[in-house]
Amino acid sequence: MQLEDLQKIAEERRAADAALKHVMYVCTGTACQSSRSEEVLKAIQAELKARGLEKTCAVRPGGCQGLCARGPMANLDNGRVVYQRLTPEDAPEVVETLESGPPERIRLDSELPFFKRQVRIATQGAGLIDPNDLNSYIAAGGYHTLLDVLLHRTPAEVLQEVVKSGLRGRGGGGYPTGLKWSTVAKALQTPKYVIVNGDEGDPGAFMDRALMEDYPFRILEGMTLAAYAVGASQGYIYVRAEYPLAVKRLQNAIKQAQKQNLLGSNIGGTPFSFNVEIRLGAGAFVCGEETALIASIEGGRGTPCPRPPYPAESGLWGKPTLINNVETIANVVPILQHGGDRFASIGTAKSKGTKVFALSGRINNTGLIEVPMGITLREIIFEIGGGIPEGKKFKAVQTGGPSGGCIPEQHLDMPVDYESLTSVGSIMGSGGMIVMDETSCMVDVAKYFMEFSMAESCGKCVPCRVGTAQMYDLLCKISEGRATLDELALLEALCDMVKHTSLCGLGQSAPNPVISTLRFFRDEYLAHIVEKRCPAGVCQMKPEVVEVHS
Amino acid sequence: MSRVVTLKINDQDVSGREDESILQVARENGIEIPTLCYVEGLSAVGACRLCLVEVVGVARLLPACATRVSEGMEVNTESERLQRYRRMIVELLFSEGNHICSVCVSNGHCELQDMAVKLRLDHIGMPYRFPVRHVDASHPRFGFDPNRCILCTRCVRVCDEIEGAHTWDVMGRGIASQLITDMHTPWGESETCTSCGKCVQICPTGALFVKGKSVAEMTKRPEFLPYLTMMRNRKSMS
Repeated sequence: MQLEDLQKIAEERRAADAALKHVMYVCTGTACQSSRSEEVLKAIQAELKARGLEKTCAVRPGGCQGLCARGPMANLDNGRVVYQRLTPEDAPEVVETLESGPPERIRLDSELPFFKRQVRIATQGAGLIDPNDLNSYIAAGGYHTLLDVLLHRTPAEVLQEVVKSGLRGRGGGGYPTGLKWSTVAKALQTPKYVIVNGDEGDPGAFMDRALMEDYPFRILEGMTLAAYAVGASQGYIYVRAEYPLAVKRLQNAIKQAQKQNLLGSNIGGTPFSFNVEIRLGAGAFVCGEETALIASIEGGRGTPCPRPPYPAESGLWGKPTLINNVETIANVVPILQHGGDRFASIGTAKSKGTKVFALSGRINNTGLIEVPMGITLREIIFEIGGGIPEGKKFKAVQTGGPSGGCIPEQHLDMPVDYESLTSVGSIMGSGGMIVMDETSCMVDVAKYFMEFSMAESCGKCVPCRVGTAQMYDLLCKISEGRATLDELALLEALCDMVKHTSLCGLGQSAPNPVISTLRFFRDEYLAHIVEKRCPAGVCQMKPEVVEVHS
Repeated sequence: MSRVVTLKINDQDVSGREDESILQVARENGIEIPTLCYVEGLSAVGACRLCLVEVVGVARLLPACATRVSEGMEVNTESERLQRYRRMIVELLFSEGNHICSVCVSNGHCELQDMAVKLRLDHIGMPYRFPVRHVDASHPRFGFDPNRCILCTRCVRVCDEIEGAHTWDVMGRGIASQLITDMHTPWGESETCTSCGKCVQICPTGALFVKGKSVAEMTKRPEFLPYLTMMRNRKSMS
């Protein structure tokens, strides 16, 4: 397929859509599917057919609209009307009221701050693209960038554009993407590999899942651009097996792109060739760490190894390898489409562009948002997120999953960027935000995350393998009112030691939830230890238990 | 061709080749850095974290066994903080398994015991975990007592890299990790084990032992490894 063919498809599609009276997209992401969105889609399609409207109105499967709490959602005529909580039984009513507007019950105000405050770059298209259909992606401007770059720009120019954009790794570390790319491009050994890390495992994080499900073609196009820039010929998408829909859609996307010669040998008739395969994770959180991920792709045990050498120099099968997170790759196409300067104009001095966050926990608008860097946590939680349900009081927001920390009320007006979050003992992480109100006990929260890290430790290095288990035992003791102040001191010493001596990021960041809750909520720990009570009323005290080893 | 570089370890000027690790250069110059998982002649995995050192200009601590030397590097191997971390690592190892020296066949020649003495560890500050682990005595000549295993994976590496059998491997993850032979079959029924005994001789503790030996007799003889490495290098050079 050549650039002219793409333009032709896009024009035909747009003309066909313009001829339609109404176009509706029903979200078919995992969250909405779990509340029967596929049945809703079929019911509305059947209803249109029954009324003979299928020639003038189209109802299509689409991507995530963001507000998962109100799913299944649908979007009519480019956001003119947003539907919420649809059921298959609503289909006749939806079709009847296409002109007049739906009843309040299933209508969602499209002027809500939840929609208006978002800036969409990685989620460009806002879910109004059929994720199963290559032509739908092409109509939205897809693949134009790739063919244009392959024909008219050198790899060095692509690198330059990404450097200019100031994009940083969205997997959590925040390493400058342009620098990573140019390091791999500089490496002499061949072949080179591009890996997209879709092993999203943080509790409360589902950004990458949505991106892979809704924009599989954008991930492929971004990967191909990355491969062109660094000189790679083979790519892998590492997806966790717990995301079956993402895997299905990516597989379908690879097949369709190959058929149209947008992937494979001599892409678009140019000399550039690039192949992509999918690799499934087998359920280990640690495989999100890049060296463990590489070991897993090679067929070995998913355990990390010491860096340096970094994968950019010696990665998959000892060859130079570029590993980027799904969201990082999703930003590549928009950057090259609109220019690095435009991307760099959004955000703060050191953190450019936007970030996708997954809001969950005690918050009204549970769902997925994309906001510019530098927005405050208060704006995210109280304006976009709609605040705390049932009039409860906000207590803390947890960012970065088991590697991050809890941020209390007094830091809510801080801008969201990599440096600020680190300065309060948390991390940007992959983008999970768990909101907690006064009914959450912070010791219990720390215990929960430590249990997660303990269960997911690979067991290779001593501090992480034994240290997380010891810290978990101590947190159990504290939460049950059986601990002493000496044991709290031991917990703190262990946190410090595990953080500084562990082999990989999992162990190095496993103590963060404990450290940050101790920093801001020390009084809660002391209440458990000294007064033998849980201020939030979550933990059950068992102080009388005497330990007996059988 | 590797270049020769000069660096400072504990303020002592030393020289090394670029492909050597900090640990190798330090040991050549008589500077002791404690290790448990590292053995010369096997690949370095950086798992025990005892050889962590401070390098000026690097925020993280680096494992000396798996970090190469570079020109102008300034390494510190003996700070109060490093000693504290090392002691805690050994404490964690003691708390993890069931290390009861008085009934161990390796009492007196155990690397874990020696390490505790060297680091002046006089008590264990962490609660013992007392795991339930079963001894595998199915092999006719050797025994495996996982209660004394510290998961250094020396046996796994020597079996794979030197003997070429890959009988040993690690199963499970995190605190539930354990050593297994073949696909978790009893050692005596292993189809790949050549009964060479290299794993036993390289094991730092009494986890792998020769059956029927007394405490006085059960000294490990890991000298075969430097010898084999030397002969292999000679063969590849000729």
